[in-house]
Amino acid sequence: MMSSSFNIYRVGISFVMMCIFYKSAVDSLSELSPQKYFSTLQPGKASLAYFCQADSPRTSIFLEELNEAVKPLQDFGISVAKVNCVKEETSRYCGKEKDLMKVYLFRGNILLREFPTDTLFDVNAIIAHVLFALLFNEVKYITTLEDLQNIENSLKGKANIAFSYVRAIGTPEHRAVMEAAFVYGTTYQFVLTTEIALLESIGTEAIENAHFYFFHCKQVLDLTQQCRRTLMEQPLATLNIHRFIKTMEAPLLTEVAEDPQQVSTVHLQLGLPLVFIVSQQATHEADRRTAEWVAWRLLGKAGVLLLLRDSLEVDIPQHANVVFRRAEEGAPVEFLVLHDTELIISRVEGNTHIEEMQEDEDEDLQSPDMDIQDDEVAETVYRHRKTQLPLELTVELTEETFNATVVASDSIVLFYAGWQAVSMAFLQSYIDLAIKLKGTSTMLLTRVNCADWSDLCTKQNVTEFPVVKMYKEGKHPVSYAGMLGTEDLLKFILLNRISCPVNITSVQEAEEYLSGELYKDLIPYSSVSVLGLFSPNMTTAKEDFTKAGNYLRGCVITGIYSEEDVLILSNKYGATLPALLLARHKEGKVESIPFANSRVQDIVQIVTNALLETFPEITVENLPIYLRLQKPLLILFSDGSINPQYTKTILTLVKEKHLDSLTPCWLNLNFTCSGMETSSSCL
Amino acid sequence: MSLLAAAGLWGPPGLLLTFALHPALCLRPAPTSGPPHRDYCVLGAGPAGLQMAYFLQRAGRDYAVFERAPRPGSFFTRYPRHRKLISINKRHTGKANAEFNLRHDWNSLLSHDPRLLFRHYSSAYFPDAGDMVRYLDDFADRLGLHVLYNTTIAHVTLNKDRQAWNGHYFILTDQMGHAHRCSVLLVATGLSVPNQVDFPGSEYTEGYESVSVDPKDFEGQNVLILGRGNSAFETAENILGVTNFIHMLSRSRVRLSWATHYVGDLRAINNGLLDTYQLKSLDGLLESDLTDLAIVKDREGKFRVTLKFFLEEGNQSADAITLPQDDNDNFAMRVAYDRVIRCLGWNFDFSIFDKSLRLSSGGEFSKKYPLVKASYESKGSRGLFVLGTASHSVDYRKSAGGFIHGFRYTARAIHRLLEHRHHGVAWPSTEHPVSQLTSSIIRRINEASGLYQMFGVLADVVLLKENATAFEYLEELPVQMLAQLETITGRRARHGLFVINMEYGRNFSGPDKDVFFHDRSVGHTEDAWQSNFLHPVIYYYRHLPTEQEVRFRPADWALPRPTAIHHIVEDFLTDWTAPVGHILPLRRFLENCLDTDLRSFYAESCFLFALTHQKLPPFCQQGYLRTQGLVGTESLRRHGAERRFPQDYATVGRRREDRAQGPEGGPLAPGPPLLQPHDSNKEEL
Repeated sequence: MMSSSFNIYRVGISFVMMCIFYKSAVDSLSELSPQKYFSTLQPGKASLAYFCQADSPRTSIFLEELNEAVKPLQDFGISVAKVNCVKEETSRYCGKEKDLMKVYLFRGNILLREFPTDTLFDVNAIIAHVLFALLFNEVKYITTLEDLQNIENSLKGKANIAFSYVRAIGTPEHRAVMEAAFVYGTTYQFVLTTEIALLESIGTEAIENAHFYFFHCKQVLDLTQQCRRTLMEQPLATLNIHRFIKTMEAPLLTEVAEDPQQVSTVHLQLGLPLVFIVSQQATHEADRRTAEWVAWRLLGKAGVLLLLRDSLEVDIPQHANVVFRRAEEGAPVEFLVLHDTELIISRVEGNTHIEEMQEDEDEDLQSPDMDIQDDEVAETVYRHRKTQLPLELTVELTEETFNATVVASDSIVLFYAGWQAVSMAFLQSYIDLAIKLKGTSTMLLTRVNCADWSDLCTKQNVTEFPVVKMYKEGKHPVSYAGMLGTEDLLKFILLNRISCPVNITSVQEAEEYLSGELYKDLIPYSSVSVLGLFSPNMTTAKEDFTKAGNYLRGCVITGIYSEEDVLILSNKYGATLPALLLARHKEGKVESIPFANSRVQDIVQIVTNALLETFPEITVENLPIYLRLQKPLLILFSDGSINPQYTKTILTLVKEKHLDSLTPCWLNLNFTCSGMETSSSCL
Repeated sequence: MSLLAAAGLWGPPGLLLTFALHPALCLRPAPTSGPPHRDYCVLGAGPAGLQMAYFLQRAGRDYAVFERAPRPGSFFTRYPRHRKLISINKRHTGKANAEFNLRHDWNSLLSHDPRLLFRHYSSAYFPDAGDMVRYLDDFADRLGLHVLYNTTIAHVTLNKDRQAWNGHYFILTDQMGHAHRCSVLLVATGLSVPNQVDFPGSEYTEGYESVSVDPKDFEGQNVLILGRGNSAFETAENILGVTNFIHMLSRSRVRLSWATHYVGDLRAINNGLLDTYQLKSLDGLLESDLTDLAIVKDREGKFRVTLKFFLEEGNQSADAITLPQDDNDNFAMRVAYDRVIRCLGWNFDFSIFDKSLRLSSGGEFSKKYPLVKASYESKGSRGLFVLGTASHSVDYRKSAGGFIHGFRYTARAIHRLLEHRHHGVAWPSTEHPVSQLTSSIIRRINEASGLYQMFGVLADVVLLKENATAFEYLEELPVQMLAQLETITGRRARHGLFVINMEYGRNFSGPDKDVFFHDRSVGHTEDAWQSNFLHPVIYYYRHLPTEQEVRFRPADWALPRPTAIHHIVEDFLTDWTAPVGHILPLRRFLENCLDTDLRSFYAESCFLFALTHQKLPPFCQQGYLRTQGLVGTESLRRHGAERRFPQDYATVGRRREDRAQGPEGGPLAPGPPLLQPHDSNKEEL
């Protein structure tokens, strides 16, 4: 058996030499009589023999394939012969009928296996089957995950495993694995399966082709620990496997202190690039960990070395932290500044990618993802393009009908462009809204396609899409500035049913307003009701408050009370006029905030702040609002609703002013759409 | 010729009206005791003059239009002689977009009044010239433009004055001897002088301007027509059926507009003679230099073609003159003609302009067109602009600047230049966040009529703001003035710019080109740069090109070499809104130029980015973070989830994950994060 310490090139060379040699010496299948054949068998030597009737046709597809297998098998020291069963010399191996001829594998003169000719359908199958039979002990065939785990456990701390999946026995991939096993079978435990389920259970994706894994079990000392696995990314072929195994044998990380140009490792010989991570004394430990991590990621793709800057004699650029050297001879050494390990990986992978691209340049000039839509909105809209939307639920306006319509009735107008993906995605939400509001709203839902009515949109000051505007009572249109979704727009429309602020006329009404009775149906959309209290003569303050209320329309309910008996209310809630009463419906609390001399902006600010919670659940909708506070978020990840105890703790901390520089909040992993992914990315 | 819309024909003085009848003119008292002053004087109330007047009026400027005739558009009362305009009046396009429809309306002027669209004036695809007169009349009336009719400006001079906007005033003298003083002079007088070629016997020719239009007058005659433009063919078309034959003589080969893509070349509607020539019906085309020829009248009063060279041989009597057929008995024009008609086009009337204005040139179009810069300002005197047909030297044989459907846009561009120069009004622009960049461009290339008509001459410009977070969009800038953009528009171009131009394929147009060749159209995005039909081309410049770069740009290029260029693949329907075929490649181009991510994202994705990334894609920054995220409906989201979308975001997420699992807190290595590989912009946002 060929020594496994051969380096790959020597293997290649000896292969070539053998081929040349055999080409002249043994060109084709030797034809022998049974007696003659058995006399040639040598002890310990494997031999494959095809027994056939002497009068059978001299050529057949099988014979052609067998003929082709002669040379490769001889490379493995296996002789091949065609045995002609003549009448006078019958052998038990000679079948009775012409069609039932078989192929037999002997070691010495011991029969190892017999093969029906149809299992040896081509040269790959012949070699694969023969080696598989010979290497019965070296290559374990398994069918279940349990088998694999047993092997893995038994080898931990002892040997590494070369695990492969092939689609079927006898395929070219199978042959490649067997050829590798022939060379490395004594060094590594080869494990083979044809079960897709087994591969799936170890978490492999996209199982279409063969897979080859290297399980690093030798260094695992703790039996409960799993062996690290490295997947070979190249297609399963003999040379690739040899190369892959070579890199597995190479040290994971080497420390060097010489000129990167001079360093030579097995990787370069195998045509793989080298990545030097520049280190210095001060950060040596950390760099080594980084380098190790990178090395694991790049195992089989590049060699990773730690370059010690301090003991280096040649100069390298001061800021360079990574040195990249390609395998091509004479390729310049690249000094890079990469602040992220990911960039090193992508650089190596990108480089190999480019190489591959160049190879198949003739077939396909275009980069593969040129045509692939990577805009999620455009993609979903395009996919949805054939879905019929009940567009008739909204009124389509034109240049001719627009003015008359928005004057005649309170209208929401969606300005969109039929060709723009974001517009069309939002149009669907808009239609959903129309379905929800069907028959209940006094607000007319309309839309203008600016692709058709460009001038109209320009006249309405719409130059971006989509835009929603509310035209009410002939007043100046209000632009909607909330989230582009059904729920938020619904809230805007509903809260706009009442004027902002509402004029409250009696103490009793005010109490109803604060308790949430007055606008019961709107409370779900406005967690807080704001009531401004003024004595009748505070005209400026009232005006400012009205302006603020107008500004906040659609996002919170506001009311104003300035009757003579306002003192009844201010006394009850302990407020000095002018004051804001904030009724928090969820908690059933009313708090008062004095706001003498506050301007419109301040009032808006007070109300907006009042809408914020102390320990909110972060959702897709409210995250931007809390980010606006410009404080770091302290997020508690919760699997389901938050434990009340945590809430209590946090609230205590807040009360004790420990968290003033932070915004404490929590995130429901089950609820927030992308919870799982978020958490895994954050933790 | 009929398409060449010239304005006032400066003929003999007609009905006189004094200033007193025009109180509008006296609103502003003259600053000194000199002649009455106006900021803007427009010469000629043809389409270009009226178009300019419209913009001046809308901007509230002090202006007047001077018109010799009693009504606007007097050129069209006589021309084209056979009354059929060859400018397209396409009333239906299947689209409601008014701006888009102007791409196929070659007769209307620009205004805010939808009633003033030519389709309300004629239902003919090739309308009658009378309808144009009616239209221009209405245009001036309805918009209340200040036109001084029956005022013939006989002379224009310069008067130096340091106080004046341009260092001098223009002094216009009318037929009554009254002077008018103007700060800016806008010449929209068209091409009004019939072009005459001087050769012996030219006196025997009849001109297009006066030849009979009654086919009966040509019954059974041999006719020779000099010229090969639309007026020549229009004349031939009219008499094709009644003559013995028509021979058409010109210096160079016929140029078919469908092959040159230039509307001033021979239009298919006039080319009946080509058909009869090639179908052996005795009519024919000949090429020869007119200046070498001579026409002699023989004894029977018929006309014979000979060479000027023979005439110079000696003073022979008419009958003794050598004819080419004497030597060469198969000479093509050996037949005697009953009529010779001259249809050789028109020239600008330089006669009223004083020499000090230096309007004439020694160049290529010395006789035909006044000398102007790419900004349509005269090279000779500042403050004098040439509008309309007379300004066609800028894009002669290239684009539509000599025709209503082209110069209505150049008039607007000139007006915008003047607004900035004299009134401090910067070139109109809209400002948007960069997330709107793709949409803004897509919108314009799909509807803008100015870009489409004035391809290669007017182009849109996107000026990027610092860090490319926002941009300004300027429409229809004279593209040759790109280097002077900052001075002529008042906008800043410090952080790079895009130019959006429309172009035909480089080698597609020409008089000898086969425009129907197999595989002439391109369908694949990767072949977009080989597109032949008019298609949008986006140029990216990191810095504003210099004047030198514009002047010495590669031959046949509309613009100097850009940092990067992108062709949007030609489209049979001129509808460039295909998500993958048009928008996606454009977006990728813009992303590569700006090193940013211009994709749009649902709020969920932005949410995830916000929690996992320091910097968000512009769409999330400018939408989601301002609480204007795109939520998306249940069904849309479901679809996205099925496809594990967004792909990149998935990988971004995964990569982050890996990184997070990496060595804890291990500083990668010393050295600041200076360099980023180019392909990292999406991952690292």
